[in-house]
Amino acid sequence: MKFELRLELYAPTSAYVSKIRAAAQANKLPDIYGVLMEMRDFASLIKAGHILDLSPYMDADNGAWRSTFYKGGLIMNTFPQGSQYEVKPGIYGVPLDINNIQMIYNTELLKMAGWNPGRIPATWDEFIALGDALKKAGIPGMVSGWGESWMIHCFADNFAWNIMGQEKVLATVKGEVPYTDPDWVKVFDLFKQMKEHGLLTDGIVTMINKEAEQTFANERAALAFNGSWCINIYESMNPNLKYRAALPPRVNLQRPMYIWGGTTSFVVNAKSPLKEEAVKFIMWLSEEKQQRYLAKETRNIPANRRCADILSGHTAEFAAAMDNVVHPRLLPLEEYPLVTEAFDKGIQSILIGEATPESVAKTVQEAKVREMEKAAQFLAQKQKQKQKQQK
Amino acid sequence: MSLQIPLLRKIRPGYIFVVPAVIMLGLFYIYPFFKVLQLSFYEWDGISLTMQFVGLGQFKDIIFFNSSWWQSMWHAAYITILALVFQNGLALVLALLVDRGIKYGQMYRVIFFLPPVLSGIVVGLIWNWIFNGNYGLLNHWLNNIGLANLSRSWLSDPKTALTCVAVIHMWKGFGWGFIILLAGLQNIPRTLYEAARIDGASYWDIFIKITTPLMLPVFVLVMILTVLGTMQIYDIIVSTTGGGPGYHTEVPVSRIIARMLYSSQFGYACAMGLVFGAVLVMLSIAQMKISKIMKRT
Repeated sequence: MKFELRLELYAPTSAYVSKIRAAAQANKLPDIYGVLMEMRDFASLIKAGHILDLSPYMDADNGAWRSTFYKGGLIMNTFPQGSQYEVKPGIYGVPLDINNIQMIYNTELLKMAGWNPGRIPATWDEFIALGDALKKAGIPGMVSGWGESWMIHCFADNFAWNIMGQEKVLATVKGEVPYTDPDWVKVFDLFKQMKEHGLLTDGIVTMINKEAEQTFANERAALAFNGSWCINIYESMNPNLKYRAALPPRVNLQRPMYIWGGTTSFVVNAKSPLKEEAVKFIMWLSEEKQQRYLAKETRNIPANRRCADILSGHTAEFAAAMDNVVHPRLLPLEEYPLVTEAFDKGIQSILIGEATPESVAKTVQEAKVREMEKAAQFLAQKQKQKQKQQK
Repeated sequence: MSLQIPLLRKIRPGYIFVVPAVIMLGLFYIYPFFKVLQLSFYEWDGISLTMQFVGLGQFKDIIFFNSSWWQSMWHAAYITILALVFQNGLALVLALLVDRGIKYGQMYRVIFFLPPVLSGIVVGLIWNWIFNGNYGLLNHWLNNIGLANLSRSWLSDPKTALTCVAVIHMWKGFGWGFIILLAGLQNIPRTLYEAARIDGASYWDIFIKITTPLMLPVFVLVMILTVLGTMQIYDIIVSTTGGGPGYHTEVPVSRIIARMLYSSQFGYACAMGLVFGAVLVMLSIAQMKISKIMKRT
């Protein structure tokens, strides 16, 4: 049987997300697509019958297909038992490549600042000292797409996990620990310290990641906070750029440093008449040969673990940190979107000197309380309606 | 019956001609409006098969408790006020100059109309480069003329970000006003100007006593278009500040999109859209009423 394959690309992500939402409402989703949305939307798509449960395919032949992937790549597409989303436990997506977000240091600019490029800051104090050295040498500090809220959130989240650990982060999401807790204030305070010690480039607060990548590639900033996808971008913009990727510096030396990671994954439309063929096609895409080709052409980290030997240079540097990867998606609970917004906007306010870490913590907690109250009211209303219907 | 049939025959062709327009209007304007109205009463994420009826709860939240929404409305209003004064002022001055038959008038018409036809995203990116705090042109010029102390990251500084966005919007938008105003000016009979000049009227007298009264309907049109166009500003925001720093350049459309796409609150976003629409309709009615009063006086 032969099929004609039609590929449709959309940019930016928001345009793609709108397209997927509209297609879901009209029951016109493609046979295979990506879910570039939050976990709650992923769950809604599953519950509305738009995504096929791939667990039976993964489990077939003693889990042969499943065993080809890095565990982290699959976790991002898995709904475990007892998650808040009320989705049947299973694997709903197939990772094609995996990525993570780390600190990137321009070794030449570090040298110019009198800093030994072999000594990448491993602790927060060293990081601050590097900021002072850069400031003294007049070299712009860090760039990142912090105008896009998710990247600022990612940076803060890394430190939250390092400072207080997963359990306390989860307890905060559950509403058991307030954002005014000293550990959260400490997280917010890191941004204030970075600003004071010259670690941030002017304009980072509204910078989009494309601009950040261009600035770093053109050696106009010594540091970047970016994902492993940057390897290809930097290579195309400035092949002579000398840099190193490393985990962000640890604040709490008793705990490991975690970083956000993700995958580029595909899901299969459960309502597609060609769903079996779609699964076979994704299986083919995830095979070693295709994955090697993908890794070679894109310099991305392939999701198929059997291709690990192809990784070298910066790709290997990023891949080495895959064990430290976390993501809010891995938590069984998700923070309310408006709390996340208050959190991200609050950090921006600290960076422009408009708010203090304490006042931001208070604002975020107020948003949290408001949203929890709203959720409780909504639940009560829902139960009332249910009871009415039953009567 | 015999009387009705000829009457129907007379009417029917008219209806048939109108049907395509009615279908189009119904399909693309009336149905979506009622759908949005319906959704605004529900809490819905835009994907789920079930919706939760919440009545007027979302409207209540928007109107009484959503401070960032009203803040964004004020930002749009601020840009609109600047556009009404400066963008339209510039458009009028340029239209008056071109109407007076200055040299290369045709060329200016083309040049002034170039910014409006450019994509808002492209315009935003170009101006981003001008306003950039690290290697922007504006800071470079300021340094060259000895005003380095004024240098800053224009789009990231809460004191300047919104005004900079307004400047970009005005640069992109003045061409529309220019073209409409020029068309209006060229419709004024030249004989009126000649007669006034023979009577010894100055340029100012001519502008106040002939041009302004005759241009009033055009001014109203330009003002309404400016208000509606500016209040709905979005693309420039996306390509310059993303609504930041903090909430300093958030506008109503960016808030609606944030609720719809990033917070998965489709119904709430629909309610926001209706509140926003109502505000725009009220503004337009107010403008038309004011223009009627001005006409009478």
